Amino acid sequence: MRPQSRFKLQGPARSLIAALALIGVAGAPAAANDSVTVVSWGGSYAEACKKAVLDPFADESGVEVRLESYNGGLAQIRAQVETGNVHWDVVDLEFADLARGCDEGLFELVDIDELPPAPDGTPARDDYFEGTFSECGGGGIFYSTVYAYNNESFTGQRPATIEDFFDLEKFPGRRGMRRTAGANLEFALLADGVPPEEIYAVLNTPEGVNRAFGKLDTIKEQIVWWEAGAQPPQMLADQEVVMSTAYNGRIFNAQVLEQQPFTIVWDGQVLDYGQFAIVAGTPNLKAARNYLLFASRVENMAAIGHYIAYSPTRRSGIDLISTHRETGVEMRPHMPSAPENMGRVVRNDWEWWADHGEEMNERFSAWLSR
Amino acid sequence: MTLPLVAFIGVTFLAPLGLMLARSVHEPLVADSLPDTLAMLEDWDGMSLPGEDVFQALGRELLTLHQQRSLGGVATRVNRLESGMRSAIVRTARQLRDADPRSWREAIIAAAPVWDEPKAWRALQRSGERYTLRHFLHALDLERDAEGNVVAQPPDQRIYLSLLGRTLMVSIVITVICLILGYPVAYLIANSPPSRSNLLLLLVLVPFWTSLLVRTTSWIVLLQNQGVINDLLVAIGLTTEEGRIPMIYNMTGTLVAMTQILLPFMVLPLYAVMRTIAPSQMRAAAALGASFGQAFVRVYWPQTVPGVAAGSLLVFILSIGYYITPALVGGRTGQLISNLIAYHMQQSLNWGLAAALGAILLVCVVLLFFLFNRLVGVERMRFT
Repeated sequence: MRPQSRFKLQGPARSLIAALALIGVAGAPAAANDSVTVVSWGGSYAEACKKAVLDPFADESGVEVRLESYNGGLAQIRAQVETGNVHWDVVDLEFADLARGCDEGLFELVDIDELPPAPDGTPARDDYFEGTFSECGGGGIFYSTVYAYNNESFTGQRPATIEDFFDLEKFPGRRGMRRTAGANLEFALLADGVPPEEIYAVLNTPEGVNRAFGKLDTIKEQIVWWEAGAQPPQMLADQEVVMSTAYNGRIFNAQVLEQQPFTIVWDGQVLDYGQFAIVAGTPNLKAARNYLLFASRVENMAAIGHYIAYSPTRRSGIDLISTHRETGVEMRPHMPSAPENMGRVVRNDWEWWADHGEEMNERFSAWLSR
Repeated sequence: MTLPLVAFIGVTFLAPLGLMLARSVHEPLVADSLPDTLAMLEDWDGMSLPGEDVFQALGRELLTLHQQRSLGGVATRVNRLESGMRSAIVRTARQLRDADPRSWREAIIAAAPVWDEPKAWRALQRSGERYTLRHFLHALDLERDAEGNVVAQPPDQRIYLSLLGRTLMVSIVITVICLILGYPVAYLIANSPPSRSNLLLLLVLVPFWTSLLVRTTSWIVLLQNQGVINDLLVAIGLTTEEGRIPMIYNMTGTLVAMTQILLPFMVLPLYAVMRTIAPSQMRAAAALGASFGQAFVRVYWPQTVPGVAAGSLLVFILSIGYYITPALVGGRTGQLISNLIAYHMQQSLNWGLAAALGAILLVCVVLLFFLFNRLVGVERMRFT
C-alpha cells in the first residue's frame, strides 16, 4: 500500500540496469543517472502533472520519469534522508511542509535566481507572487480546499454558504471532511461568524481553538473522514455523503471528465499553494535539478492549469491559461483565484500551521477519539 | 549451544527495545546544538529576562545552526514545548544573518518579540534537558506548569490514558469472546473421529494462514453499510433502507474483526491440551453418578486450565498491540493506543513520545503477566 513497497520490486531491476550501464559504460556514459522519480498527490492531479510536466520533460531531456503518489507529510521523506536510502527524487509538497523540511535540511537548496525568467524577461524572484517561493522549491500552484455537493442529493434548496455545511437542520445528511485539523478549523470558525482575515488571530487564543472544535462538535456524528484527495469525488458520486470538503481541482475534473453533477461552493474556500522540491541526498541530483528547472518555466507551470483547475504561482503564468486540453472548457472561471470565486476566502497561513500543526493535530486526535 | 540464540535475541529483540526505551528519556539534540546558551541559562532565575551575554550566545549558535541547515530539528523540538517557537527561532536566525547587531538583545527581540517573555527561555531550557521525563508525563496526560509542578493537562487535550484504558478493556473483551467461542470448537475438534477432526482443524488453520489484510477487508465487504449483511437484513425486512446498522468503522468493527483474526490463537492451545484428556474420564465421572455439569466442572475444566491460560495470554498480548485492523475498520471510535503510537512514529515524527507510549504499554503487559503468573502459574501453561 505504501509507495516504498513497490520500490522493493524494482530493486533487482534497478541493479540490473546499473550493471548493464556499467558494462556498456563506453557507449552510454550517463545512462545510470538518467531517471527521476517524482512523487505527487495521486489521482487526477498527478495525472495532470504527468501530462503537463512529466511527459514533456521526458520527451525533451530523454530522462526516464517515474511517478509515485503519497498523501502529504514529511515522515517518509525524513525516513529516507535519515537512513540515507533516498528513492524519491522530487516531491510535490504543501508549503508548510516544504518550509519545515527546508529548515531541517531535508531538501536541496534552490537559488531563485537560477529559475527561468518570465517570457518578458522579468526575473523569477519578481515574477512569483509574494511569499509563494521557498529556498528549496520550484514550480508551484495555487489550490483551494472548498466544499462540493452532488446535485442529485438535493431536490429543493441547495447549500450555498459555508454556514450551510454546518447546518444539519437545513441540509441533513453525512458530510465528508479531511482527517486532519488543517482547513477544518478555518471552516468551523468561518461558519461560526469569524471574518476570514481574523481566523488565525482567533485561532491563536485557546478560546478560539475551543470555539472551532465546538463548532465541529455540532456536526461530528455526521462526518465521514477522508484521507486521499481522490476520495471525496468518489464519495459524492456514490452519494455516500451529501456534501464533502475537497480540493477544487479534483471536483472540477470529475465534473468535466466524468460528467458528474457536482457543484462547488466557493464561499469560505481555504486558498493554499505548494511547490516541488528535491529530496536531499538523491542519487539523481542532476536529473532532479533539470526537472525542477523545467517545472519552473512559466509555460509549464501554466500547463498544469490546462488539465486541472489549479493556477500557477507566477504572475506571468496567469495569462497563459486558456482552455482544458481534453474538453475545451474555459479554465479561468474554475480557478480558485477567479474574481467571482474570491468572495469569502481564507488565505492559508502556512507559518501558523508549521508552528501549531503538531499541537492542533494532537488535539484533533483527542477530539476524534471521544 | 545456546549462545547463537542468545546473540540472536539480543540483536533482534533486546537491542531495539533498549534503543526505543532510551529514546523515550534521552533527547540530546537541543543540548548538543545550543551548548553555550544552555550553560549560561543555568544561572538564570527563570522569571526575569536573561542578560545580553545570553542573547549573544543564542544569536551566535542560531546563526551557526542556520548555516549548517540543522536549525529545523532544534526549532521543532522547542516548538513542542511552546507552540510558536519554531517560527520564532527560524525568523531570528534569518534576520540575524543580514545584520551585525550592536545589541543582540534588541536585534533578537526585534526579530521575534516572544524572546521578551520568560516562557520562550523556559521552553528553550526544558527542551535542552538531555535526559527528560516529559515524554512520559505527556504520555500520561500530564505536563509541567510554569513553576515546574506536575499537573494534569486541560481536559480537551487528554487522550492517552483514556485510550490506554480503552485498549486494555478491548483486549479483555476480545480475550473473553475468543474463549467463549474457541472452547467448544476446540472440544469438538479434540473429541471427533480423526477424519472429521482433521477437517475441522483445517477450517481453523486456513483463515489463520490467510493474510491479515485479506481477512480484514473481507469484514469490510460483509459489514459495511452497503455490505452483504446489511443487504440481507434489508431484503428479509428486519431493517429498513434508512435503518441500515453501522457495523463497521466503529468499535463493533474492531471487536468483530480482531476476534476472528485472533481466534486460532485461542483454539490451538486449547486443542493441544484437550487432545491429551481421555474421553473415558468423562464417562467414568458419569458412571460414578456425576451429572454432565459436575463432571465438566470437577474433571474436565481443571485439566484444560493450562490451555485456557496459554490461549488467553496469547490473545490478550497480541490484541493489546494490534493496530492494522483497528486502523482499517475502527473508524473514529474503534482506535487503540497502538494507532496513536503509529501516528507519532509516522506522522508527527515525535519518536520520543511514541517510545514513551510504547514503554508504558510494555510495562502494562509485564505487570499483567506477573499478575497472571500469580493467579495461574506460567509453568502450568501449555502452548502445544
